[in-house]
Amino acid sequence: MAEILKVDNINVYYGAIHAIKGISFHVDEGEVVTLIGANGAGKSTTLNTISGLLRSKTGSVEFMGKSLNRTPAHKIVSQGLALVPEGRRVFLQMTVQENLEMGAFTQKNSGVAADLEMVYQQFPRLKERYKQTAGTLSGGEQQMLAMGRALMSHPKLLMLDEPSMGLAPILVEQIFEIIQNLHNAGTTILLVEQNAQAALSVADRGYVLETGKVVTTGSGTELLSSPEIKKAYLGG
Amino acid sequence: MTFLSFLISGISLGSIYAIIALGYTMVYGIAKMLNFAHGDVIMVGAYICFFATSRYEMPPIVGILLAVVVCTILGIVIEKLAYKPLRAAPILAVLITAIGVSYFLQNAALLLWSSNPKVFKPIVPTGSRITLFDGQLSISVITLVTIASCIVIMIALTTFTSKSKMGKAMRACSEDKGAAQLMGINVNATISLTFAIGSGLAAIAGVLLCSAYPTLVPTTGAMPGIKAFTAAVFGGIGSIPGALVGGILLGVIEIFAKAYITTQLSDAICFAVLIVVLLVKPAGLLGKQIREKV
Repeated sequence: MAEILKVDNINVYYGAIHAIKGISFHVDEGEVVTLIGANGAGKSTTLNTISGLLRSKTGSVEFMGKSLNRTPAHKIVSQGLALVPEGRRVFLQMTVQENLEMGAFTQKNSGVAADLEMVYQQFPRLKERYKQTAGTLSGGEQQMLAMGRALMSHPKLLMLDEPSMGLAPILVEQIFEIIQNLHNAGTTILLVEQNAQAALSVADRGYVLETGKVVTTGSGTELLSSPEIKKAYLGG
Repeated sequence: MTFLSFLISGISLGSIYAIIALGYTMVYGIAKMLNFAHGDVIMVGAYICFFATSRYEMPPIVGILLAVVVCTILGIVIEKLAYKPLRAAPILAVLITAIGVSYFLQNAALLLWSSNPKVFKPIVPTGSRITLFDGQLSISVITLVTIASCIVIMIALTTFTSKSKMGKAMRACSEDKGAAQLMGINVNATISLTFAIGSGLAAIAGVLLCSAYPTLVPTTGAMPGIKAFTAAVFGGIGSIPGALVGGILLGVIEIFAKAYITTQLSDAICFAVLIVVLLVKPAGLLGKQIREKV
């Protein structure tokens, strides 16, 4: 399978803090790859670096064979890379539909109506509430909106940062079902999660991060059954 | 009838404040900064129109368009040179820079155009009035033009921000710049656009202001600038309808204070009202409640 994303030895700093210490990994077309690890392991920092919000001092991020090192954040989405950020970050004072339209900002206007229909089909709840401001939605609905918004840009790679954070168990299940559906439909996904159990069950492969480094890697099932992983991340 | 005529003058003055306040409020909404040089852009616009219409005897509409074009460019240049390098700096640095730009513009005007007052040629002939109620109520045409301009600008701007793609992108930027970038929105270009719109409106405000009060000096924009800033805070900074409400109210209060209390204290009364409003409603009349992130 073709390699769609290649992250090679990136180092990211917050001032004097060395947050990412030489992380390398890759994502192949059609795969679901997950980065798991504890708080502060550098998972979100990695995603923010790929999407251009943060810069790596060394190393490279390559997407479909093209380097993204010098591409400004606002030009990355039109290359086919969409990030659903941590904490969803939907535009709270804008309506559901306006949020989705913003997701299609880089798209031709003529296709937006059909794309809206596609997202509404996937998330019927959003259709029911299309005129409401995003601030009035529940956490789960906001997560669906953030995902729908990202899908509006027709991403070749969808990056999800902690999609289950702060959601009730039933909603977590729903979100992972959606991820599974997107995967079945052929979307390539890079998933960052603290809920390692759920993430590894949908993932083809996983990387375990610890204090800014990759410590283990393997297929989803391998990692799920590894005794060390079980002990550290899956609650024994 | 005198009450009605004062009220109309107040609304007209308030319309000018509202148009200026839009510039403050839009820039604040997106760049989260107070552009204290905004008032001086008004003055530049008025001078441009003055030279076009009085010195080069162009028709008023050409003078206005010229003023709008020059101020729009000026606004973009100010943002690029003075504020953009400070995007990551503490707000105090940006605030002081804005005050510096304000002084720079005033002194540049002093150097270029001297401190001698220029007599501005109003865009509608002086003395043209409309009389109503058998001559009991007489309104100058410039008053009506001012109010009408304000209404048109408000409708245009509201439509722009609620319907157009760029307008929505502006609102997205004002809420969350990082998320806006993830949508593919160029935040720097959006900030430039905001400055361009605000400064273009400042030019119109300058022309209207000097048509009503025809003395033009390099500090002409300073006081209306501060008043309009007050109006923006009064209505709720960051809110477009707030700028309208704040501006109109401030104009009406000022004219009533001048008419019924005393001219000397009218400014003091305006600012006293502002203080009271902020004590009761810290976010301003139509201001958004600031939600603390948890």
